[in-house]
Amino acid sequence: MKLNGAQILLESLKCEGVEVMFGYPGGVVLPIFDKLYDCPIRFILTRHEQGAAHAAEGYARATGKVGVCLATSGPGATNLTTGIANAYMDSIPLVAITGQVKTNLIGNDAFQEADVTGVTRPITKHNYLVKNVKDLARIIREAFHIASTGRPGPVVIDLPVDVQLQEIEFIWPEAVNLRGYKPTYAGHPGQIKKAAKAISESRKPIIYVGGGAITSGADKEIKKLAEKIEAPVTMTLMGLGAFPMTHELSLGMLGMHGTAYANHATMESDLIIAIGARFDDRVTGRIDNFAPNAKVIHIDIDPTSISKNVEADIPIVGDAKNILQELLGMVKKPNTAEWLKTVNHWKKQYPLKYKDDGKIKPQYVIEQIYEATKGEAIICTEVGQNQMWSCQWYKHTQPRHWISSGGLGTMGFGFPAAIGAKVGCPGKIVFDIAGDGSIQMNIQELATAVAEKIHVKVAILNNGYLGMVRQWQELFYKKRYSFTKLYNPDFVKLAESYGAAGIKVNKKEEVRPAIEKALSTENVVFMDFHIEEEENVFPMVPAGEAINRMIGGMA
Amino acid sequence: MRHTISVLVENKPGVLARIAGLFSARGYNIASLAVSETLDPTISYMTMVVEAEDEKILEQIKKQLNKLIDVISITDFTKKEHVDRELILVKVNYSAKEKANLEKVLKKFVAKIVRHSTDTAIIEAVGDQNQIKQLLENLNQFGIKELVRSGRLAVA
Repeated sequence: MKLNGAQILLESLKCEGVEVMFGYPGGVVLPIFDKLYDCPIRFILTRHEQGAAHAAEGYARATGKVGVCLATSGPGATNLTTGIANAYMDSIPLVAITGQVKTNLIGNDAFQEADVTGVTRPITKHNYLVKNVKDLARIIREAFHIASTGRPGPVVIDLPVDVQLQEIEFIWPEAVNLRGYKPTYAGHPGQIKKAAKAISESRKPIIYVGGGAITSGADKEIKKLAEKIEAPVTMTLMGLGAFPMTHELSLGMLGMHGTAYANHATMESDLIIAIGARFDDRVTGRIDNFAPNAKVIHIDIDPTSISKNVEADIPIVGDAKNILQELLGMVKKPNTAEWLKTVNHWKKQYPLKYKDDGKIKPQYVIEQIYEATKGEAIICTEVGQNQMWSCQWYKHTQPRHWISSGGLGTMGFGFPAAIGAKVGCPGKIVFDIAGDGSIQMNIQELATAVAEKIHVKVAILNNGYLGMVRQWQELFYKKRYSFTKLYNPDFVKLAESYGAAGIKVNKKEEVRPAIEKALSTENVVFMDFHIEEEENVFPMVPAGEAINRMIGGMA
Repeated sequence: MRHTISVLVENKPGVLARIAGLFSARGYNIASLAVSETLDPTISYMTMVVEAEDEKILEQIKKQLNKLIDVISITDFTKKEHVDRELILVKVNYSAKEKANLEKVLKKFVAKIVRHSTDTAIIEAVGDQNQIKQLLENLNQFGIKELVRSGRLAVA
């Protein structure tokens, strides 16, 4: 039976096991939307295409499946690009389908035309312009394969409206055949042996874990390795959840807003075992001064990440889980007793802390969210102070329960990502910890959440400022608060106008009851916590400094 | 330092843009680029001369190229026995009086006059980088009016 391009698209998505997609209709995707009308794939209509892309990312991060979003040509597609760039930076498997003008109009400045493959080329793992319906099924098959394997990432399929209407026999390709794409999964045995030897010979090892460990599902192996070699573990923002922060060997996050003890331990270590992390500038600080005495074992599936920022002494290209399983069989325990004593001393000497003076402190709010949810919630965040406090003060213990925009640092990510995560994991409590600035960047998705009964809980840490920028202005720009003081709506009334619930919190003692009330409310809830206005995120490494040169009165 | 590398790529629209974008996004420069179909029409062969200040940048360039889905394989000729050639077309001043002189110079190279008028001659020449450089130095005395180079081709 012949199907048209729109039908082939949806049949192919079914073959890929797609259960849900997020998107927004428009002129040149009408043939697809017509077929979606009676298609079993759940379609979630967001209120902005950026929301659709971030929701698909949240879904992918929470479930490990490929997220799918759909938008029309031109502005629909360009509105997706922030989400696509975000997925690229954080290695999120995403397939974005965009409508395109008729093939014979491409390049003619047609209505709602944008060169989408051109625009997205530097922010996708790969992209396609489908010029003939005979290629469509193969392209979709390839797109999902590319998005989800190796180092995952976004793939864009740009689909002209006339191709959506061309008819052809639907044949789902048996296999993917890409001669230029063969990701390496197994680590080189010789390199793994070298790594085992280096670990056995080390005295001050540290395990440094990034988002790749989550993607690979290597959390159990990391725990085994840490316990076997008795080495402390620190995580990047993307790696939170790969090793329980409640574990005695956990040092929490490192880097610009990492713990002082994680940064000291990294700087003083004699061996860094990097697992799916890329030595980003927020982690290393001043690069020529980073961990001067450490040998580096670098495990990563992406060869371009290795020796890009920090020279690896023992590079191992491959899948973290596979490599760690091999490594665990070979490694002998080094003597780390003295080292752990030193590290534990730093832990005691420089704990994370905040001044509890009776006002609502954001750190306190996050601690209360942790306690009220018993650490079982999926935590999404926006970007800025809310994000850094959430890294520090929520004890992340499980993979895929922490969803935050790491590389791109996208304000407005958290709320739609929370919606996507909740769609993927309906049985989970899903929080978006937000700032009053960030939440307004995709606040239109309140309509999506309420209409689709996606009951996420939003905790707004409302300080009336773009807090992180204000913090930098306070510390480095003589308190000249240029354009960071915000005029805000009444978030409670705003939530209510959408049919969501709103709770305003002005006193410390109201914090926990508000969270409990939000958890027992069968609705989307906005909690508007009026926190101390000028609270800062500490410790902090000033830009361009070595990571043991922290400010914040504790190092 | 300049390095010659060859890249086998899928012969598809947009591939050149991907490669060019990879360089421009990192501020790397391509000194020369020659692209054409291979015997297999689905594959193109690119010879690139790239500028890389150090080994680390060259390594990144190679890794980033390899990361592109449409790149099938890469050969770095830096430390590899190989043959490279470039074809040039040079327009020089010409007169009947200088003819013998010019031909004497060209004899030393793989070069010949392919066309001339009463006052200019177009010379075609092929050689490695050193030969091309020497030829151009020798042609300077006649006055070079125009120079077109194919970019380097290399094979191991």
